[in-house]
Amino acid sequence: MTNHWIDIKNSDCILIMGSNAAENHPVSFKYVAKAMRNGAKLINVDPRFTRTSAKADIFTRLRSGTDIAFLGGMIKHILDNKLYNKAYVSAYTNGPFVVGEKFGFKDGLFSGYDEKARKYDKSQWAFEMDKNGVPKMDRSLDNPRCVLKLLEQHYSRYDTKLVSKITGTPEADLNEVYKTYAATGATGKAGTIMYAMGWTQHTVGVQNIRTMAIIQLLLGNMGVAGGGVNALRGESNVQGSTDHCLLWHIWPGYLKTPRASNVSLEAYNKQWTPKSNDPLSANWWQNYPKYSVSLLKSFFGENATPGNDFGYDWLPKVDDGKAYSWLDLFDEMYRGTVSGFFAWGQNPACSGANAGKNRKAMANLDWMVNVNLFDNETGSFWRGPGMDPASIKTEVFMLPACVSVEKEGSITNSGRWMQWRYQGPKPLGNSRSDGDIIMELGYKLKEVYKKGGTFTKPIKNLKWDYMTNGMYDPHKVAKEINGYFLEDVTVKGKLYKKGTLVPSFAFLQADGSTSSANWLYCNSYTEKGNMAARRGQEDAENKIGLYPEFSWCWPVNRRIIYNRASVDLKGEPWDKKDWVIRWNGKKWIGDVPDGGWPPLGSLDNPNPKSKWAFIMRKHGHAQIFGPGRADGPFPEHYEPLECPVEENLMSKQRMSPVAPVYGSKADAFKTCDPRYPIVGTTYRVSEHWQSGLMTRPQPWLLELQPQVFVEISEELAKFKGINNGERVLATSARGSLECTAIVTKRFKPFKIGGNTVHQVGFPWHFGWRWPENGKEESVNLLTPATGDPNTRIPETKAFMVNVSKI
Amino acid sequence: MKVTRRKFMQISGATAAGLAVSGLGFDLAPVRSHAQMLKTKYAKETTTICPYCAVGCGAIVHTSKKGDGRVMNIEGDPGHVINRGSLCSKGAALSGLTENTNRLLEPMYRARYSKEWQQVSWDWALTEIAERVKKTRDATFTKKNGKRQVVNRTTGIVSVGSAAMDNEECWIYQALMRSLGLVYIEHQARI
Repeated sequence: MTNHWIDIKNSDCILIMGSNAAENHPVSFKYVAKAMRNGAKLINVDPRFTRTSAKADIFTRLRSGTDIAFLGGMIKHILDNKLYNKAYVSAYTNGPFVVGEKFGFKDGLFSGYDEKARKYDKSQWAFEMDKNGVPKMDRSLDNPRCVLKLLEQHYSRYDTKLVSKITGTPEADLNEVYKTYAATGATGKAGTIMYAMGWTQHTVGVQNIRTMAIIQLLLGNMGVAGGGVNALRGESNVQGSTDHCLLWHIWPGYLKTPRASNVSLEAYNKQWTPKSNDPLSANWWQNYPKYSVSLLKSFFGENATPGNDFGYDWLPKVDDGKAYSWLDLFDEMYRGTVSGFFAWGQNPACSGANAGKNRKAMANLDWMVNVNLFDNETGSFWRGPGMDPASIKTEVFMLPACVSVEKEGSITNSGRWMQWRYQGPKPLGNSRSDGDIIMELGYKLKEVYKKGGTFTKPIKNLKWDYMTNGMYDPHKVAKEINGYFLEDVTVKGKLYKKGTLVPSFAFLQADGSTSSANWLYCNSYTEKGNMAARRGQEDAENKIGLYPEFSWCWPVNRRIIYNRASVDLKGEPWDKKDWVIRWNGKKWIGDVPDGGWPPLGSLDNPNPKSKWAFIMRKHGHAQIFGPGRADGPFPEHYEPLECPVEENLMSKQRMSPVAPVYGSKADAFKTCDPRYPIVGTTYRVSEHWQSGLMTRPQPWLLELQPQVFVEISEELAKFKGINNGERVLATSARGSLECTAIVTKRFKPFKIGGNTVHQVGFPWHFGWRWPENGKEESVNLLTPATGDPNTRIPETKAFMVNVSKI
Repeated sequence: MKVTRRKFMQISGATAAGLAVSGLGFDLAPVRSHAQMLKTKYAKETTTICPYCAVGCGAIVHTSKKGDGRVMNIEGDPGHVINRGSLCSKGAALSGLTENTNRLLEPMYRARYSKEWQQVSWDWALTEIAERVKKTRDATFTKKNGKRQVVNRTTGIVSVGSAAMDNEECWIYQALMRSLGLVYIEHQARI
């Protein structure tokens, strides 16, 4: 979230699309309700009528996988009716940037497409530069090659008639949603978006969110209270685990995993440190080497020295241009190239797309380590449905982890708040905290490698001193994450003693004199104490619910990021009532500003001491035109990999031309196949969570939601002769699932391009291990393993199925 | 009278509806006040954050200072500025997650081609795992790729997890995996 949960109350218009906050983030809805009591409108767009819809001022449906068409129509509406905030777009976004002549778009493809490699040459989308190497800009937004004009041209095709044919949404509903949301473009008004996996789990997942980000920029909704782009994250610490980068492509603090071509630390820092020739661009990532060297110092401590590149060579490199994502990982395992597998607090036998493929893949392993609170479908895959233990060679170690209330440490919520938890009871039975398991395993590995082995240096040199009295000590790690001065360091004339905690990332150094295991969390545990444990109840002076002394949030306790865009060029808030920051003539007051530089003053003659608003961007401006994305600088509607239409009505390109497609026997896909004529989607219920492993073994919750079900419309039920409560069989090109039919008014047939298209939905929380009768299986047996070309998040929100009586 | 849970809920539901004398045939009021006292007098009070979704609601945990030292009650934290004491169905059932008879309490091992689990000790399990890791890592370790570039990695071991771990655990986990040379490191954020 660019903003945070409480801030939703400040909104004038809330769009909930791609999420179902009332059921899946129930407590967040408190703030939706609060905003509504203050006059805010709630719009909900979803294939299904949910409890969120029940509270909405406007509810309308769209077919799964057509969000870009829906939102592209809104962009057209905003531009055609000149409803955008021109002052904001001109000053803070790349709307005025002039795009080079090589950029073009035709028949659903952007320029630079290589059909054979299914890849774009992104250099064709570059901006035109002036003689100083700064992008050419036309602040009046009149240049025919400026981003805003190209945006207008791109979405000129997205008229409501065509959009309605694609999405199945009535035109009148489209117009009502567009008009209501676009009203937040007025100065002082704020609109927000609450989205979740309903947007990410598509082959166009990133571009779904980019489309909304463009709308938010056009309407001046970024950086302001009650605005922003807000991902409702689904796991208690998925924000923190992402920040610490338990992901193949990034290192802690969103640094890059080094590519093989980055042959030295110097080459690595050079490639990933952006350069700007614009003196007004803060280009914050110019500090990259300070963060990468401080991270290496945390990895290897005193063993990391300038002479050995701080241990850079000891860490693994990935091949340039190759993906090592979740889908690739299981594809490799399925192909038999993987021997050993760790599953820590995760249940891929149920949670991964095309779960049947994952389960088969596990039988190719030599060994697996499964760490969890409960026996699960992953650890016990060898005794699951259709498996013959006598023919499965995989050795499995199943280790009992303790529950969160039995250990101490911090987690980071969706609003980036890092919150400290304390130990209540001791771990039950012989269970242990993940921290203790990891520390102990590390010691064991250090021990076995003492006797020799292949490339032992990184293991031997890994700093591993996070125990106190033989137990894992979260405070020691939390301090390391913040970082230390490793020598006496003088910054701006002030001496910081060796061994003290670094006050904030502005103090980190690139010469090895500081450590910080994650620069983004530098400032979270300082000489003043553990900031995450704070419980201060006072609000800040702007009284918008920032609560700056309650817990801590990254970066540097800034509660609303991009807040330099919440003010005009003089530093006066766009919204005088719910203001975020304000220039008082000497300094910024309110939230922690995105840098302390004074306001710009004017665009013609900006204050040379000031900086452009979007400090994390190389050129200092938010990106309406996003030339870094794998699938194009503007979002374009493509159909899902599996869809009910033979043609994309928007262009000749049916599906994303760059989405990954896997070719194993287990990866079957069927589009417009009469055997699978119904659109399927997945969702959650309030009583269960994720693959269900932390809720299905609980009698209270299981009693409330005991069975996997398929929710179908009354019309489809009648057509199929299915009664409410009957067990039915759902099938896809990849698998089948027995489930209970729930016939409701919440799904309705769509009219798509003149034809009737049905859609059904499944909760994805089930698996054969719990409940113990073994009859409630995972819907991921049906879903396809394809994904977004940027992130490779699988397309589990739109696929084709059939449902029949048993 | 044997009262099943469902029956109990029906009866106590009826008392909540306003009957002066409960269907149970006895008055629950003194039990309630005793329960209140139990929570505070014999319990350690700690705060926690709900482990389910990422709203980050606060809860208060009461752990017995006597006897088994287990959780007596978990409820919403009224002093938490986000949830102000409220919890959803999952958060409200948090004690049911902690004090759960289905929990895995011992390290278990399944041998090749075996039909069953066997209980093992922590020391045995971690020693054996470390040996497996070393054997696989050393056999699959790649110092240079096809282009003769130094890569120092193994693709023979892969790891997934976990957004269910604390920040500090996440950090040491990825440090250990990366120091071993793993590049296939993924978790919930990708799915």
